[in-house]
Amino acid sequence: MADSAPTDILEMRGITKTFPGVKALQDVNLTVRRGEIHAICGENGAGKSTLMKVLSGVYPYGSYEGDIVLDGETAQFGTINDSEARGVVIIHQELALVPYLSIAENIFLGNERRRAGGGIDWNRTNAEAAALLQRVGLNEQPTTPISALGVGKQQLVEIAKAISKDVRLLILDEPTAALNDTDSEHLLGLLRQFKGQGITSIMISHKLAEIAEIADRTTIIRDGRSIETFDMATAGESSEAVQNRIIRGMVGRDLDNRYPDRESHPGEEVLRIEDWTVYHPTQPGRVVVDKANLTVRAGEVVGIAGLMGAGRTELAMSLFGRSYGRDISGRAYLHGKEVDVHSVPAAIRSGIAYVSEDRKQYGLNLIEDIRRNISAAGLGKLTRNGFVDENEELKVAEEYRDSMNIRTPNVLVEVGKLSGGNQQKVVLSKWLYTAPEVLILDEPTRGIDVGAKYEIYTIINELVAAGKAVLVISSELPELLGICDRIYTLAFGRITGEVDVPSATQEGLMALMTQETQEATA
Amino acid sequence: MTTSAPARRTAARIPVRLDRRYLPVLGTFVVLALMLVVGGTRYDNFLTPAVVSNLFINNAHLVVLAVGMTFVILTGGIDLSVGAVLALSTVVTAALLQAGWPVPVVLPLAVGVGTVIGLAHGVMIHLFQVQPFVATLAGMFFARGLCFLIAPESIAIGDPAFVELASWVQIAGQWRMTSSVLIAAIVLGVAFLALHFTRFGRTVYAIGGGEQSALLMGLPVARTTVLAYVVSGTCAGLGGLLFAMYSRSGYSLTGVAMELDAIAAVVIGGTLLTGGTGFVLGSVLGVLVLGLIQTVITFEGTLSSWWTRIVIGVLLLVFVLLQRVLSLRRT
Repeated sequence: MADSAPTDILEMRGITKTFPGVKALQDVNLTVRRGEIHAICGENGAGKSTLMKVLSGVYPYGSYEGDIVLDGETAQFGTINDSEARGVVIIHQELALVPYLSIAENIFLGNERRRAGGGIDWNRTNAEAAALLQRVGLNEQPTTPISALGVGKQQLVEIAKAISKDVRLLILDEPTAALNDTDSEHLLGLLRQFKGQGITSIMISHKLAEIAEIADRTTIIRDGRSIETFDMATAGESSEAVQNRIIRGMVGRDLDNRYPDRESHPGEEVLRIEDWTVYHPTQPGRVVVDKANLTVRAGEVVGIAGLMGAGRTELAMSLFGRSYGRDISGRAYLHGKEVDVHSVPAAIRSGIAYVSEDRKQYGLNLIEDIRRNISAAGLGKLTRNGFVDENEELKVAEEYRDSMNIRTPNVLVEVGKLSGGNQQKVVLSKWLYTAPEVLILDEPTRGIDVGAKYEIYTIINELVAAGKAVLVISSELPELLGICDRIYTLAFGRITGEVDVPSATQEGLMALMTQETQEATA
Repeated sequence: MTTSAPARRTAARIPVRLDRRYLPVLGTFVVLALMLVVGGTRYDNFLTPAVVSNLFINNAHLVVLAVGMTFVILTGGIDLSVGAVLALSTVVTAALLQAGWPVPVVLPLAVGVGTVIGLAHGVMIHLFQVQPFVATLAGMFFARGLCFLIAPESIAIGDPAFVELASWVQIAGQWRMTSSVLIAAIVLGVAFLALHFTRFGRTVYAIGGGEQSALLMGLPVARTTVLAYVVSGTCAGLGGLLFAMYSRSGYSLTGVAMELDAIAAVVIGGTLLTGGTGFVLGSVLGVLVLGLIQTVITFEGTLSSWWTRIVIGVLLLVFVLLQRVLSLRRT
């Protein structure tokens, strides 16, 4: 490097990383300027996380081709410790905190503040931790165990940990994916504040609105290659325009319509719940869903909008065979007749299907093949005298592979190897095989890339066209507005509003979602 | 690595291909075949019907234990009690026969002891959410203690009807087997059908793959979990009966650490300890590998029989490493 004080803190040149049989990264270039917030965007599997792992030494020097130039010097990180010693700290998507250790212990884990004799200096540990917590705006005692904190606060502890290592280049992989809007705002504010203090940040995110708001520049990665880097200031007039600019880069084409068109022809009422009340499973007396009433008609997509903790998933799961909560009261009707949903098999028999927001944990057997995942919920239909008809099972799986367009060489592939979009199609196939009347879809497009999202929306449209009733829970208001006919808003366990989509706006919904109802005279 | 990469590429194109889940079982099979070949060339009289028959006869009880253990491990659990339950079953059999009870009554009682203990495990584990390790450890102490309470000393079995039952069965021509081997074969056959062709079997695999997702698929998780421990307990009871036939006695110190042999056989047979993947036939291959090691060492003559343990330990490590490599590749 010619100049002594380069304006670029980081330059990655011609990075190529190969896994057996797969080229994950090919000739990727990334330049990050000192003191900027640099976003990295790309579809799932594009290679963003791999690139960050190369940068932080998770994949050591020598396991990839190309150069990393940090502050004008070529860096050869053998381990994460090497990169941290140079002030490069990565915060992974899955938080890496030890739940039963305190905040302070976690912050200084592996980097303990010690006395002369080698023992831990607890006074110094806790005092320094308190100072760090103040810097990240977390109002907790340093001695609080991590398990007592929500995800949002845990994220802040991770950041405090990063600052404790004198971070100069902070890498965040999907930092706000699990956070609610308030926590996300706080985190983004923090990044801006760090920028003022000279800390450079690289941020991977799927939340385009967020990137449009905070990033100075964005690099697009597609299919393992760096496509382009552009200045956000010149990328578009409005946040909307900037987002479209990013999407164009990510998918390599214009995506004019993010939601497929559908003509709405709602029919008879299919699902109705009345006075549905659910208590927290372990905290007696805490109401999570409070006297909820709602209806879904045949051929109708109904949305449930609510912030995290509003009781959306709790409502859905309690309805689906009391999979959540205790002391559930209220009535559920299908086609006007009261139905028994006291257990999951009973709910399935009644014609209810629930697609969980956590596909991997609650929706699939990841180490089993596609065929057996598809048949799992409707196994009774394939069983004669206790024996499973395997030929029929294979036939069913092949049919769904075709009709749902699950991209796989064959249906004997393990589900864990599929992409998020294809996994979700397997989950949907599984439920469709039970021939449900009502499908409850909880965050159906979470962790799914843009192209596959469109396919999922198309499937939803086909379902309602076939007369099913669909209830969609989503954190993304544009998604709800794009695919629903009606939206209920949920806040603090209560349904605070019911809005017809043609007359709905994001602002209007958000107002209802944050509406604190006056405490009832219990 | 050099051979596997192209093999995988072609494999992806051919629709009917070798499932990678079968690899550990195949590995076990190859080890077994190699041992037979090496043994056969190294020693005379190694590949004789007598030696092969003995391999089965000496290990019939372990086959039954390993079959039961496979169910439990597939659900992601473990059953540490089977060795002690086996001993309890031998003691119950011997003590009741000594007291003059008729054989048709004694046999179901001996097996039933295992069933009841298995049921207790299942209930503790599922209803009270006790860790399988702890629940079956408690069961192990309980069963072993009960053995000594019933019979501090070894009891010989002299009942003529029982001895008759435990004797040879003609299979074809010169080839004979004991009835215990036939019973073990029937148990294996039933287990194979149950695991691979019934709804119950599917649910066992689904629980091992993820209990939460199995629950939300509407599968009968509670019933199946309890049943898996009942199967294992019953197999242990039956194993005790077979062992009593084999040894013609009931003894409280029988089968110490035999649960670990059973677990080793299941793991060597390619079943993942975390549950969800594995094959009951593999477990039997695992038992045969363990038995063959013993045979080889006997043939070698000069080696201490403790070499058996060392070889088992090494094999176990190799197989677990193989599984790790396979599951790492998967992600």
